Amino acid sequence: MNYLLLSAGFWEISFDLLIGFFETLKIFSVTLLIALPLGLLISFGTMSKIKILQKACATVVWIIRGTPLMLQLIVVYYGPGLVFGTGAGLSAHVSTYITFGINYACYFSEIFRGGIQSITKGQYEAGYVLGMTKSQIFFKVVLLQVIKRIIPPMSNEIITLVKDTSLARIITYYELIFFAQRYIKNGGLLWPLFYTAVYYLVFTAILTVIFNRIEKKLSYFKA
Amino acid sequence: MAYLEIKNFCKKFGNTEVLKGIDISIEKGEVLSIIGSSGSGKTTFLRCINFLETPDSGTMILDGETLFDAERDKKVKESALRTKRLNFGLVFQSFNLFPQYSVFDNITLAPLLQLKERAKKDKTIDYSEEKQKILDDAEKLLAKTGLTDKKAAYPCELSGGQQQRVAIARALALKPKILCFDEPTSALDPELTGEVLKVIRSLKGEDRTMIIVTHEMGFAKNVSDKVVFMANGVIEEEGDPKEVFDNPKSEKLKAFLTGINNKEGE
Repeated sequence: MNYLLLSAGFWEISFDLLIGFFETLKIFSVTLLIALPLGLLISFGTMSKIKILQKACATVVWIIRGTPLMLQLIVVYYGPGLVFGTGAGLSAHVSTYITFGINYACYFSEIFRGGIQSITKGQYEAGYVLGMTKSQIFFKVVLLQVIKRIIPPMSNEIITLVKDTSLARIITYYELIFFAQRYIKNGGLLWPLFYTAVYYLVFTAILTVIFNRIEKKLSYFKA
Repeated sequence: MAYLEIKNFCKKFGNTEVLKGIDISIEKGEVLSIIGSSGSGKTTFLRCINFLETPDSGTMILDGETLFDAERDKKVKESALRTKRLNFGLVFQSFNLFPQYSVFDNITLAPLLQLKERAKKDKTIDYSEEKQKILDDAEKLLAKTGLTDKKAAYPCELSGGQQQRVAIARALALKPKILCFDEPTSALDPELTGEVLKVIRSLKGEDRTMIIVTHEMGFAKNVSDKVVFMANGVIEEEGDPKEVFDNPKSEKLKAFLTGINNKEGE
């Protein structure tokens, strides 16, 4: 721990927390990178006609959505060490990315499934009678309508993710909250912890603007 | 042999027999109307013709080619289904336009996708020339359906009648041998049905072969060469429209027509 931090002023602490925020941002981005494609795959799985695949995916989604993310982090981080002895296991970073990736993929998959299943049969049938292939119908007709419909629930989930990143702290991923808590431990400086709210707020504000723009862009049609 | 010849189409959903052996034949350029109360199997029959449902038994021969034979076609490949479907066009009751595409793009989407596929397989095809043909055709179809000024509009900006006219243009763009309509005006406000029926009537003038499932009795009587009355999955009565409407023979058809007349009189 750097004791020089204690004599630091507002701007220095702000800058220090910004570095912590970049770690938060890292969890956020890697999670999305994993969870978006994986969520689409899981959603196809839960809609599959192959019963075993469908049941397997539904079970995974149930377990992941039915247990706390914090518990999942602990299991992934400490589990291998407990089972195979110390030395086994993954780093805090990798554990975090895997756990968050899978956790959010499950939530996304349900949003995707809802979006895909909400498209009326008529859209597919119109495609069929026009001689289109299944993939042409999905990519040229259905997909954009699905995207338009899932923007509101997706933005909700993604904004939740911004704040969920702080859970990674409990398996020693040094993110924004952890950075701020150092000031309490090493000298009783309390305000940096409260001040972290500003970082979260600014970031969610930016995300809100982005999602509103996308919504507006897709408002030229009704679906 | 007739242009389109369907024999013994049967279809069950679970334990419900929806079609119990339908035979129909149409000559080229003829307009066939199918009437009957809801649940009589009209729509299922139309969907079978368009390969959206597979009949449990029966055969369908179009222009001398056996398109469907229940014995032979237990399992048809997706790609084969596509080619078969293209013989027919279908206009839905609920339009089913693609909401994210403009009127023009709704019409040209499928033809352009098909052109791209063909051009990939056959390098001798002059892509830009063929594309221009498709675009020109679409313009003509817009003019024919009275939608030229709506070319760039999106479906949500159109009235029901306009949307259905786009759907008709979209189906025509693929030059189907037979154009089918599934209650094309049932989802429309009464004052909008006229414009759609007018377009369909103009198609008759071009000698198009059409099958129309409709509840518009006056229209069916005027525009059809032949009328089929379906009840409970069988053809109860069929023949010349004047004969069917003015001189119904079966009790069911009499009851059906009286019911409709009473409703219209309300």
